[in-house]
Amino acid sequence: MRLGKFVERFIGLIPVLFGVSVIVFLMITLTPGDPVEIMLGDARSSPEQEAALRRDMGLDRPIHERFFLFIANALRGEFGLSFFHRRPVIDVIGERLPATIELTLVALVVALAIAIPLGVIAAVKRNSWLDRVATVGSLFGVSMPGFWFGILLILLFSVKLGWFPVSGRIGFSAEVRSVTGLLLIDTLIAGRLDSFWQALRHISLPALTLALPMAAVLMRVTRSSMIEVLRADYVLFAEAKGLAKARVIGLHALKNALIPTVTVAALETGSLLGGNMIVETVFGWPGLGRLVVEAIFSRNYPLVQAAVLLYAVTYVLLNFLADLIYTWLNPKVRL
Amino acid sequence: MSGAVAMNAGVQSPLALGWLRLKQNPMAIGAAMVTLLIVAAAVLAPIIAPQDPNEADLFRRLQPPVWLGGEWAFPLGCDALGRDILSRLIYGARISILVGALVVLIASVVGILAGLAAGYLGGWVDRVITGLVDILLGFPYLIFAIGLMAMMGAGFQNIVLALVYKEWVVPCRIVRGETLAAREQEYVEAARALGASRGHVMLREILPNILSPVIVVATVRMAHVIILEASLSFLGLGVQPPTASWGSMVSEGREFLLDAWWVSTFPGIAILVLVMAINVFSQGLRDAFDPRMQE
Repeated sequence: MRLGKFVERFIGLIPVLFGVSVIVFLMITLTPGDPVEIMLGDARSSPEQEAALRRDMGLDRPIHERFFLFIANALRGEFGLSFFHRRPVIDVIGERLPATIELTLVALVVALAIAIPLGVIAAVKRNSWLDRVATVGSLFGVSMPGFWFGILLILLFSVKLGWFPVSGRIGFSAEVRSVTGLLLIDTLIAGRLDSFWQALRHISLPALTLALPMAAVLMRVTRSSMIEVLRADYVLFAEAKGLAKARVIGLHALKNALIPTVTVAALETGSLLGGNMIVETVFGWPGLGRLVVEAIFSRNYPLVQAAVLLYAVTYVLLNFLADLIYTWLNPKVRL
Repeated sequence: MSGAVAMNAGVQSPLALGWLRLKQNPMAIGAAMVTLLIVAAAVLAPIIAPQDPNEADLFRRLQPPVWLGGEWAFPLGCDALGRDILSRLIYGARISILVGALVVLIASVVGILAGLAAGYLGGWVDRVITGLVDILLGFPYLIFAIGLMAMMGAGFQNIVLALVYKEWVVPCRIVRGETLAAREQEYVEAARALGASRGHVMLREILPNILSPVIVVATVRMAHVIILEASLSFLGLGVQPPTASWGSMVSEGREFLLDAWWVSTFPGIAILVLVMAINVFSQGLRDAFDPRMQE
């Protein structure tokens, strides 16, 4: 894509991000209940103290001023104090974010690792029993509620077989110094293979749960695009030249068949963000998703506001990335 | 396509042809029957449920299903408060189906009207609607719904609203695209030339011709909405206790996985079966009525 187009598309994101901020601001501002009372909780306070807090939080200003204050603060990463933690929201989120990023990345890898081979096999062996099994499997994948699948995995692999831990990210004894915040990488940096193994066992079931619906969608996409590519002239030509079938599929066909898969994967990564809340709740995963769910029940609105905004901005940027990837892989497409 | 369909292709309307194709798809018919069975169970819940779904009895706490030593009066066992799981499943179907149907119905009406207006009228109407759609697409669905539920509070009406606020975007985009294409068609130009009003052209001329993809997508979306409702209920943001909903039943059973797997398992199976049946049926609908959308 030409730089001009890229810049144009990027500028096009601004009204969307602005609109998203308006909605997030209104979501919390229109919520019934006085934030000052929630923040003070049962603590005794004089009316003067309450008024001072209200002034500090900007609640005495008109709504449009509060909105622009919210935007200005958000751009600086300031979302106020978390009611519950009594610390800046951004710090609390920062602590939990790596766990969510790690889970999302591993789920993405798992989804691709399941979807691509199955999709290719289903396409190559079209209408065989393998194809049917893969198709039924993908139907299960899109129909299975994530929270229930997670519970089934815990029941089978943790409770009955004892292969995987029920919850958490790593055992106390295996903890290592945080460098990236991603335990699978930090444990390797620390040279602790035992800790890496523990972290891997902890993340396996949550990542599989999160990956399942995505794998189902990606499998279908890979299958149908592979079927189309296998019919293309250049593939038939490669076969006619006498190239081995595995080489034709692996080298010539797969490269082009994966274009839609990669694009949909980038789009679906955004949907993993929502799935995180469920999966982290089921597996007691100490990430952002679980933090938000907890924050809703403790009416910790600054945290909910910041997290929803963060999710939405990430989602918009991921969709933008998906567009770029699609255009980059498909020179024919003009955005 | 079977020979019978091919032979009739020349004489039958697309709608009749679609029905014929659908009737010849045993998977789709089977899935439709399963869905109807669950709908019937939900409608007839007060008649067919063996027990009162909210009647607790701690003497029956976590009583196992009948084949594990339970009693026939409570065939699928009881939950932690001693309530009959089968009766709660039957009543819980009402929530899933009602939320799914209401959300998709309201969202379809809103989305169709907005999509028609954006596609046909163009100009600032199109810019406003498309802008709003783009903003709403900026939120992951579940997070948007969770944010709204946090604001509005749990409850049946709020779930429906929270899901509709985002769901209408889906039919709106389809209808807008289809309307843009239809606007240039001869039949629309003919209606305009005859002096038909804008409302008439949109609702009477264009709408009937673009409805089939909307209906096909609406069925897929219903499956999606049912999972979302169950997810919200699972997180405690759905209908409030003691009303039975499948998502909250799974959540309640989590604590007793070790001793009483049946509390979580049966509602999970119920969600899976309903969502799968709707998905299979919608695939059949798509194959029958909208061959363009096939893989």
